[in-house]
Parts: sequence; structure tokens; C-alpha cells
Amino acid sequence: MNAEPSTRDEAQMIASILAGDREQYHDLVRPYERSVYKMALSLMKNQSDAEDVAQEAFLKGFRKLADFRGQAKFSTWLISITLNEARGRLRRQTVVRMESLDDSPEEGGHIAPALLRDWREVPSEALERQEIRQMLQDAIANLSRPYREVLVLRDIEEFSIDETATALAITTGTVKVRLHRARMMMQKELAPKLERLTPRRRWFQWS
Amino acid sequence: MVIECKHVWDYISGYLDDSLSPETRELVQRHLEHCQICSAILDSTRNIMVLTADDKVFELPVGFSERLHTRLSQEISSVSEDTVKDV
Repeated sequence: MNAEPSTRDEAQMIASILAGDREQYHDLVRPYERSVYKMALSLMKNQSDAEDVAQEAFLKGFRKLADFRGQAKFSTWLISITLNEARGRLRRQTVVRMESLDDSPEEGGHIAPALLRDWREVPSEALERQEIRQMLQDAIANLSRPYREVLVLRDIEEFSIDETATALAITTGTVKVRLHRARMMMQKELAPKLERLTPRRRWFQWS
Repeated sequence: MVIECKHVWDYISGYLDDSLSPETRELVQRHLEHCQICSAILDSTRNIMVLTADDKVFELPVGFSERLHTRLSQEISSVSEDTVKDV
């Protein structure tokens, strides 16, 4: 997340909004548009649902602002609202379809990672390629929900382990187990594909 | 004590989060120093985490911000109209 929002006095902005300067809500949430949308998209998996969920979350944040007590960061609170909004919508959409299975992941067992002899760093410029962005989005989307939620909160929204546990109402131990498995599933899925798509350059091939 | 590769794999996430006990961390560290495969697994996992967190992965749809603030404006003005009633 960018550093700018933390230097603003959000508590003061919130107090002003609650005191009647409601227009300030626009400025309060502006830095979080992207992170709320990312949260929504990684759970909803399609753009139009994600946009709906994101809008609803911002509206709810406004309506419920008086409930925000500063016990968490405002951004964390807003992301938690987004999470719940997305979960609610998924619940309404899903016709019981395997959801109970999906909701109680198998916590035991190992995920064997993709074995590699060595790894050559894939720089963030690789994400300029649509196929690579899509590959990452798909890998996240293909995680089952309990893993996806933990991975997105921790690794995309940059919540701490504790914040992730609170947002999902699970223990920190469960967060760590799911996170580990989610990261291993991502590695297993993506490492071989990234290796193929970003071939190493051979500088001196004279033969 | 020496640990095997498949045990090291169980600690990769904790290692990256720096949440292992000092003793375990030390064991993993020592293993990584001589095991090329586990090092590559660790590096690729970390690399994928960095890429996943990158803002470029999820782009905002065109017009997202405008549509959002239009809706917020509607909400804000509708609240202003029936003010203070439920405070």
C-alpha cells in the first residue's frame, strides 16, 4: 500500500465527517480504491461483481463510520467490510454448491512444491505482459476460498497475521497453516509456468 | 541436527514471515546453505509473493473511481437531507 495515507490524520478526518463535514469522506477513501477493489476482485473473480462489492463496501463504510472506533487502522476496517460484503454476496449466489466442503479445508497433509534446480528472479516488469498478469490472477482465483482469503489479506492487502486472524475470525495458528499451504500452492502452480515464460537469456552462446 | 528437504518445505512460509523459533530458523538456514533445490523453492516462493502483491496484477477498471464517487455523492447528499434524525 502506498505510504501517503498513513501520514494523514485519518482520525481527524473521521471526526470531521462525523461532525457533519461529510464531503471529506471522498478524500478519506481515495487512497484505498485500489486495495478495496483488489480484495473484491480476488474474491468475486469477475470485474462487474467486484466493482459492485467495492462500491457497496465504500457505502457501508460511510454509513457505519460512527462504529469505527480506531481499534484497527481505517484501511484494515474497510478491507474487512469488503471481505464481508463479498462473502455475503457469494453466499447469496451459491446454490449450496460444495460450499460446505470448500469452507472447511483439509488442514493436514503436505503440499509438495514444484522442484527447481535454481531460480532466476522474475522482475516486476514481467507484469507488463497481460498473459503473466492473467496467470497470477488465475492462480489466486483457483485457490479454494479459505486459502484465497488468507493469501489475499496477508500477501496482497498486507495485513499482519493477527489482523488476518481477526478479519476472518480464525486463530493465528490456522492463518499460518492456510497461508503456508496457499503460498505453496501458488509456487507449485506458478513457478514452472513463470520459468517457461521468462526464459533465461543466454548471453554467450558461441557454439 | 540435520533436517530433510521435505521438512524444510513445511517451514518456508514461516521462514519468509520470520515467525520461526530461533532454533528452527537456524536449522532451516543451515539446510538452505547447502541445498540448491530448497533455496530455489524458497526464492521462487518469495518471488511469487512479491509479484502477487504488485499493484499491476489487479488494475482498476476504466471509470471505476468516477462511478464510485458519483455513488458516494448520492449517498452523502441523501444522508444530509434526513439529517441527525437517528443520532
